[in-house]
Amino acid sequence: MKQKLHEIKERVKDKKWAPAFNAIHTFLYTPNEVTHKGGTHVKAVDDLKRTMNTVIVALIPCLLFGIFNAGYQHYSAIEGFPQDFSILEHFVTWRNFLVGLTTVLPLLIVSYGVGLAIEFVFAVIKGHEVEEGYLVTGMLVPLIVPVDTPLWMLAIAVAFGVVIGKEVFGGTGMNILNPALTIRAFLFFAYPTWMSGDKVWVHGAVDGVSKAGTADAISGETILGYLAQNKTAEMGYSLSDMFFGFIPGSVGETSTLLILLGGLYLVFTKIASWRIMLSATIGALAMGLLFNAVVDFGWIQSYSKFYSLMAFDFWKHLIVGGLAFGIVYMATDPVTSSQTNKGKWIYGFLVGFISVMIRVFNPGYPEGVFLAILLMNVFAPTIDHYVVQGNVKRRLKRAKQAKIYPATAPASVETQTA
Amino acid sequence: MPLLSKKESKLILDPLADNNPITIQVLGICSALAITAELKASVVMAVSVLFVLGLGNVVISLMRNIIPSKIRIIVQLVVVATLVIVVDQTLKAFAYELSKTLSVFVGLIITNCIIMGRFEAFALGNGPWRSFLDGIGNALGYGVILIIVGFFRELLGSGTLFGIPVLGDPIAKTGLYAYGYENNGFMIIPPAALIVVGILIWIQRAKNPSLVEEA
Repeated sequence: MKQKLHEIKERVKDKKWAPAFNAIHTFLYTPNEVTHKGGTHVKAVDDLKRTMNTVIVALIPCLLFGIFNAGYQHYSAIEGFPQDFSILEHFVTWRNFLVGLTTVLPLLIVSYGVGLAIEFVFAVIKGHEVEEGYLVTGMLVPLIVPVDTPLWMLAIAVAFGVVIGKEVFGGTGMNILNPALTIRAFLFFAYPTWMSGDKVWVHGAVDGVSKAGTADAISGETILGYLAQNKTAEMGYSLSDMFFGFIPGSVGETSTLLILLGGLYLVFTKIASWRIMLSATIGALAMGLLFNAVVDFGWIQSYSKFYSLMAFDFWKHLIVGGLAFGIVYMATDPVTSSQTNKGKWIYGFLVGFISVMIRVFNPGYPEGVFLAILLMNVFAPTIDHYVVQGNVKRRLKRAKQAKIYPATAPASVETQTA
Repeated sequence: MPLLSKKESKLILDPLADNNPITIQVLGICSALAITAELKASVVMAVSVLFVLGLGNVVISLMRNIIPSKIRIIVQLVVVATLVIVVDQTLKAFAYELSKTLSVFVGLIITNCIIMGRFEAFALGNGPWRSFLDGIGNALGYGVILIIVGFFRELLGSGTLFGIPVLGDPIAKTGLYAYGYENNGFMIIPPAALIVVGILIWIQRAKNPSLVEEA
């Protein structure tokens, strides 16, 4: 099979649709080309394909958890939350899995189907190889949307995100904005009623709307949703629920534990930048502390609409909503984040800082992670520019002050700084 | 003998395609983004600019030899402002609702770069008839883009065309809405216009690669 594919590849080399074939080929097997014939060559295994696969591996626990959680939230909303919760009895069950599978799997299929189809078309038009970049985006997309998102909306959003967010800039590696977040932002601005509120986070809740007043009307408000309405008291979720992820929310973002594990995996495989993750965490905590301080000093009254969100313990911001997911999987996107080490610290800090700020101050939608990351994506090149310029200046200064032994003409200064 | 010589018809046709003020020169973007959420507003805006630019070009062209070049910008402004006030007052008198939708943007025709651009670049150096044709051509090029953008934004954003529902009733769930279709709220906000204009620019340059600037 492998050999045969190699042979077919040679034969279709000049055809117009060769990139499409090559894409399938490279997806199944390692291609047999080497950099050049004769002589030595170095062949590293951690190419783009391997990088992308590593991220996908890190995402699979979140996806599985999301599938079970979709079912768990659905049945809990109908039957009430179980009194003595045990994971095996109430969470990892067949019926939860089935509900989750029938809701999450179509999202995944649409995301990959539409996205990869567009990638193939563009590869054939431009005559270059299909880029693996969409493999991760396609996996991220179903994890960051509400479970009942209509599939046609998702399809339109994916088409928009891939074409406008990525292909117009020249494809993977050239994009300014994270494509998955572009898709999320498009959905949010195009169909806000499906992306926010208390009806969209639990499967079946939307159908309940039409039968409002009957027992079928179920709702699942997110924790941030409760806070934004100053209903802290009505929120029935414990700290462990928030950390382990047994709460309503976008499909894959709820379990902070699994995100943490995925993040550690990405850090140890050196795929994602720990600098960004750490500094984003610090940024979020800093902003949370500032808001807590405002409450502690009594500068805000308890009837203010920002009170609950501001009074929310600063470290809890990390375990609710999409902040953890955004920090680990989105902010660390190697293409759209800062490239310099110093820049990564600044970029990450501002991602966390602005996320919590938008969370508290955004009246329409108590979540700001995707907006904060997109904003910082735009600023990342600027941050890098100033970091690089700063470095150049510092080294020029050092070169001017340096004593050069043996003392020679100033021309040699130039060569040393170069 | 044809009504327009070849050179003259080029004055009208060029701005419609290969020298379009919006997609090629990227002028007049501000109003193109702001008022194209509805097709009706786009059409009225296109007609207003047609009137102002067509007439303004003629006036400037007639005065071109007596305007001192040091104060020509101010003279041009006076001409545009006069014409714009005529348009503004006419709209207020006969289409009050519409003038409210267009609000400040009718007044802002004064600052539309296309108009001052044509005065400077063409009317100051050409006779009235050619200036008139040039004004009409550029206004049409501007209007065509406005109408295309307005068409897509109103159709996808509100499901209507000229305010008439064409996709069914979103509240009573008829037509397309019965199948779960929903209006795209993104199309109503101005960033969507930027993207639609961007796509038009993309399509035009993909069809005619000679328009692509060197990087």
